[in-house]
Amino acid sequence: MLSLHCPYCGVDVDETDLTPGGEAHLVRSGSGSDDADFEAYLFMRKNPRGVHFERWRHSFGCGKWFHAARATDTLEVFGTYSAQTKEPPQDVQERIRARRPDWKGFGKGDRI
Amino acid sequence: MSARLARHGRLIDRRKPLQFTFNGRHLHGYQGDTLASALLANGQTLVGRSFKYHRPRGIVAAGPEEPNALVGLGKGAGFEPNQRATTTELFDGLIAESQNHWPSLEFDLGAVNKAMARFFPAGFYYKTFMFPRAAWEHLFEPIVRGAAGLGRVPQEKDKDTYEYFYHTTDILIVGGGIAGLQAAEIAGKSGLRVLLIEQTPDWGGRAMVDGVQINGIGAADWVEKALARLRAMPNVILRSRMMGAGVYDHGYALGYERLSDHDPKIPGPRHRLWRIRARRIITATGAIERPLSFAGNDIPGVMLAGAVRDYLENYGVSPGELTLVVTNNDNAYLSAIALHEAGLTVPAIIDARPEATGALPQKARALGLRVETGCAIGTVHGGKRVTSVTLCNQAGSGAILDEIPCDAVAMSGGWSPVVHLWSHCGGKLRWDADQAMFRPDPARPPRGANGAGFVIAAGTANGHLAAEAVMEDAAEAAAAAVRALGAKADPAKRATARSMPEMPILPVWSMPANAGPKLRMKTWLDFQNDVKVSDVRLAAQEGYESVEHTKRYTTLGMASDQGKLSNINGLAVLADSLSRDIPQVGTTTFRPPYHPISFGAIAGEARGPLFKPLRKSPIHDWLDANGAHWEPVADWRRPYCLRRSGETVKEAVTREILNTRQNVGLLDASTLGKIIVKGPDAGRFLDMLYTNMMSSLKVGRCRYGLMCNENGFLIDDGVVVRLSDDTFLCHTTSGGSDRIHAWMEEWLQTEWWDWQVYTANVTEQFAQIGIVGPKARSVLEALGGMDVSREALPFMAFQEGQIAGIRARVYRISFSGELSYEIAVPAALGQAFWNKALAAGGDFGMQPYGTEALHVMRAEKGFIMIGDETDGTVIPQDLNLGWAISRKKDDFLGKRAQQRPHMVDPNRKQLVGLLTEDPQVVLPDAAHAVEGPKRANGMENIIGHVTSSYYSPTLGHSIAMALIKGGSRRMGETLRFPVADGVVIRAQVVDPVFLDKEGERQNV
Amino acid sequence: MRRYSAFAIAREAARYHTGWGRAWRNPTPKKSYDIVIIGAGGHGLATAYYLGKNHGLKNVAVVEKGWLGGGNTGRNTTIIRSNYLQDESAAIYEKARSLYESLSQDLNYNVMFSPRGVLMLAQTEHEIRGYKRTEHANRLQGVETRFIGPKEVKRLVPIIEISGPRYPVLGALWQPRGGTARHDAVAWGYARACSDMGIDIIQQCEVTAIRQKNGAVSGIETTKGEISCNKLGLVVAGNSGVLAEMAGFRLPIESVALQALVSEPIKPAINVVVMANTVHGYISQSDKGELVIGGGADGFNNYTQRGSFHHIEETVRALIETFPIISRLKMLRQWGGIVDMTGDRSPIIGRTPLENCFIDCGWGTGGFKAIPGSGWSMAATMARGEPDEFAAAFGMERFIEGRFIDESVAAGVAH
Repeated sequence: MLSLHCPYCGVDVDETDLTPGGEAHLVRSGSGSDDADFEAYLFMRKNPRGVHFERWRHSFGCGKWFHAARATDTLEVFGTYSAQTKEPPQDVQERIRARRPDWKGFGKGDRI
Repeated sequence: MSARLARHGRLIDRRKPLQFTFNGRHLHGYQGDTLASALLANGQTLVGRSFKYHRPRGIVAAGPEEPNALVGLGKGAGFEPNQRATTTELFDGLIAESQNHWPSLEFDLGAVNKAMARFFPAGFYYKTFMFPRAAWEHLFEPIVRGAAGLGRVPQEKDKDTYEYFYHTTDILIVGGGIAGLQAAEIAGKSGLRVLLIEQTPDWGGRAMVDGVQINGIGAADWVEKALARLRAMPNVILRSRMMGAGVYDHGYALGYERLSDHDPKIPGPRHRLWRIRARRIITATGAIERPLSFAGNDIPGVMLAGAVRDYLENYGVSPGELTLVVTNNDNAYLSAIALHEAGLTVPAIIDARPEATGALPQKARALGLRVETGCAIGTVHGGKRVTSVTLCNQAGSGAILDEIPCDAVAMSGGWSPVVHLWSHCGGKLRWDADQAMFRPDPARPPRGANGAGFVIAAGTANGHLAAEAVMEDAAEAAAAAVRALGAKADPAKRATARSMPEMPILPVWSMPANAGPKLRMKTWLDFQNDVKVSDVRLAAQEGYESVEHTKRYTTLGMASDQGKLSNINGLAVLADSLSRDIPQVGTTTFRPPYHPISFGAIAGEARGPLFKPLRKSPIHDWLDANGAHWEPVADWRRPYCLRRSGETVKEAVTREILNTRQNVGLLDASTLGKIIVKGPDAGRFLDMLYTNMMSSLKVGRCRYGLMCNENGFLIDDGVVVRLSDDTFLCHTTSGGSDRIHAWMEEWLQTEWWDWQVYTANVTEQFAQIGIVGPKARSVLEALGGMDVSREALPFMAFQEGQIAGIRARVYRISFSGELSYEIAVPAALGQAFWNKALAAGGDFGMQPYGTEALHVMRAEKGFIMIGDETDGTVIPQDLNLGWAISRKKDDFLGKRAQQRPHMVDPNRKQLVGLLTEDPQVVLPDAAHAVEGPKRANGMENIIGHVTSSYYSPTLGHSIAMALIKGGSRRMGETLRFPVADGVVIRAQVVDPVFLDKEGERQNV
Repeated sequence: MRRYSAFAIAREAARYHTGWGRAWRNPTPKKSYDIVIIGAGGHGLATAYYLGKNHGLKNVAVVEKGWLGGGNTGRNTTIIRSNYLQDESAAIYEKARSLYESLSQDLNYNVMFSPRGVLMLAQTEHEIRGYKRTEHANRLQGVETRFIGPKEVKRLVPIIEISGPRYPVLGALWQPRGGTARHDAVAWGYARACSDMGIDIIQQCEVTAIRQKNGAVSGIETTKGEISCNKLGLVVAGNSGVLAEMAGFRLPIESVALQALVSEPIKPAINVVVMANTVHGYISQSDKGELVIGGGADGFNNYTQRGSFHHIEETVRALIETFPIISRLKMLRQWGGIVDMTGDRSPIIGRTPLENCFIDCGWGTGGFKAIPGSGWSMAATMARGEPDEFAAAFGMERFIEGRFIDESVAAGVAH
């Protein structure tokens, strides 16, 4: 039973008040994209055993989507932040580096 | 014989006698007894039968680790199987029965005797029952399954209620022994919120039984004082009869509080499940004593030495008149001394250690007790009760030195810390060879959301067996928890404790050390599941080397005690068989709950009407009172039809259809989703969401729209209304409103967050009522207040104003093909409007109708229904809805997906109409069409399936729609639909619009 | 291999069972094999078994990072059924189910296949339509199922509440030859039979790298040294993404936790498998008497084998509504497994972008029932180097084409 900090409400929220939304920072492939890019956008989700960036919605609260940086092997949470950003904020990335020195960095090494 | 003593028994109140029955026998006990202590007090040492061999079983332990004394408790709607006698508090009128025997506990025909048991070693069933093949299914398995299980199946619906409780705390302390109390005091003084829970009704744990002195006074007095101090702290909550059931990620823990099990007359819920979120959890859960592995250790009368002491001191119950003690440590001497001092006979203390020179053995010898060091039990003799034991050298293979008569055996193989809660969420253990125990490894705790360890083991649960060390460790644990949370604690302000010093344990995993196969076949590890030392050795011999393999192959530790007594002993045997060290073999994973918890508590209040609360339209009660035949639709219920007295469902549906087509019908459409989309970018946003162009919709007009997901598949449809320049109202399906609103928000918040659009789900703000049929306009005119003429309110337009004195929006839209208005009024006025409409419609023959009439009428018109014609794999093009896909737009959700090779394949399934050869035959729902010969793999060549099929009362023949491969190229073809029992129905492919293709009825 | 039988047990009993040999050998890995399978779960072992049995390929190793059968094979609710809607699914699951019928005899290891019947409850009009659709499809696919009414449901499961206040039982899809099997025994039985054919099962051997030469597989590096091979099969539910990354390609897979629980053992109460998809719960009774219960999966990526407790709550609630008498029974143990979910929730079997590297994964919540069919098909696919008749539809390329095999269409969520 996860507990995540809603950056909008400023409170720790039980998983039962949240809806998981899968990988964060996806770049939408719309009209005109090639088949492989479109397939990757729809299906080729990151599935790391380790640091993962993902979307959550505070459904039974403020209704806002936010992002979480979380470890899938320990369920440790490095931080939550606004969904309206293209990459994780620096402070979150630094916290990840501090706790996971072997982390390769956002968008690096975790996808081929 | 076990019996009640005249003295002793600090937990019982001899002034309050209680009556209870066991297998119909009337017995007596006292307030404060457990069922187990009361049974022993009545001389009832045989309490059950084992699982596999139906061996006689007696009480072994005094706590939740008890594997044998499982009883059926209560009767009727209050019956509960598999309840442990050791955790059941006695109450007046308690009814208990033993389990797993026939015809009786004393005489069980299922019992497997010693000679036969040899044919049923571990895993024997994997090696046999295979020939002939049918025999397993028809002969062996029915026997195996018939013999399964322990307790009886409850026959009635549970009479009790249950509830949840949410609790947030800084520190949760599990265990109300002296360690838990000490930790709570240190933590409580910090001002942080503390919750201290204890599974039994009593505080103090084993300290009193073990004669611990704290701060110079007896443990009982210190516990009383500590409780008083804790109760005076406003930030500390104490709860007894509440077990720490499980520890989960991010500091989540379950507390299982038993509110009325000890007295069913207490009103209110029986159990309460606390869902606790704690920042730190201290596990002060004590330790569990291990049995010793000697032949005959499963015979009733063989008990754990600590349990013997518990029954004696707490309940004034002796396990027997002649209780032999067998041990590999000093602690069991406490039991021998206590028995002796209570005036009972201890014929011998058999100590496997070469010498016993500690204070306790010395005291025992000083009391004149016979102490045999370097010795072991060779065999316990007895059937349903111990009669004697043979003495042998521990170092040997069982040569008999002496036979000692006794009627009880108190055994101690040492103590294992209760590490379950530590381990549930990933805490790791380390092997302490000196103390022969697995204990929490503080370097590898379970880690919480912030990466820090959030569970701290304390006291005995952390591997400290001596009272002084327990107190010190508990204080340190509390201080560590407090400091981790940024508050101050002073562990030095703790109590000091004193107990009798103990010399080191000698690990003994087999008694005698070189026991041969004969003895090993009689040496039990798991009493309930009948797993013996020989079984574990066999598993190792056959290559089931991992502890998980051994456990599963032998069923060791899989009984309802989950191996609390057997796991370590089994592990040691496995390690020995493989010539490995115990830590190399490792442990199995500890899984919640610590001790079984009731399903009722897990479900809580969410049962019956609260299982899933119903959403109700404003007209719900009226419909319910007027013949509604309900069907569940998402979280709502909608009337399938409204039956008049004497009418069948089918007759009602037919009447409703014909009346709506001929006169006028009234429909509660309130469940339809209604979402307001507003803002400067609202049109642009809807252009992305719908396949159609919505930004070009004129104010005051309606447009039917389709929504797809990014995979191209249809997910919803409905009418969009432009209320004003920057405001749209999107109607969704009944099941879709929450989903589609969330869908909109997802895109607005996570993709197009710079677009200025706001959404609001107003579904429940409005009642929406359809007035449908040729006379619909007359009814609205009779209601009065708005010009609803063809000119003022043409098809696919809307008006806002007053109808019958009620503020309303009127949409001229049609899902039936008839002249049709949908009127939205404030929800609170829904019933009032419904009543007025009914009154006004009376002159025009108006009748309400339900969802089935709605479905038939839309099918007559060839309109699709989300969920019938779609199933998550259908794109709009499949449904001939290309007209609703804008070609002008660069992009919309699903557009790219619909360009993939498989989506433009002309052989995709496409929507067609079907007319059966015999017009009176209705195709079964979802019947499949086949074509040509069978495929190579023997399957028929399926080319599609029926999506909607009805008898049309309007047309007087059956109609159907189907999704058929390449359907649009098959007009006029006759298809075969093989249905049940060899019947094949033939139907011709036609246009799916069966009625009024030109739309003249709705365009009047 | 010593044959197992009642006579063998009787003979051994006389000498206190000291004569039983190992069920499978514990070999040191050779330098090289024709084929290496990574993953000694049910699917991997079955693949190796059918490589040997059907294709005569016995110079095969199965490497396993932990203990054989230690993953999802030993963590599931043991349900076996083949009442799938789509032709491709029905074909492979029915193949698996039919192999289960005689698996005990084939392996000379009693896997206790128990064709007690599987009921999938219909609790809404929509579900009725969905299951009738499956019934029609199954009849034409040669899968024996039948849609039955609430009275017959009640006859099959007397403890069921068919007129529940919220979701009454309106009928059910009944597969009389569906059922359960002893999950561990399936892995052990295949392992023993593989070992007997000379196939090496190498436990406690973690793969650390996949070696390639000219775009094709040449071997693996493991904690027990390097092993070269001509063909490699990845059959590692829960870890497929990690292995695929080693092999240098991506998979349309996310790994999530799926949970199950058992009650304390009670006398026989429920004689069939019941699945209730509207309320999310399924239940059967093991041969030991425990009620074996499963429910929904978490919606977030997770490798911890621990799920969230609210899923347990939801499942138990649903089952109390459906079987009110279980309210006073107790939960004995709960656990989780990691399942690989693909984009359409159907498995992937076939070739990979790396030459001579094959994959069998993505069985989601439904892998156990598929083991024999999956192994059969994967073995044929690896032996031939191209997908066999069962695997043909399950290739990875379907995601780029938009050609999905979507079972959620009729069956709801659970498998």
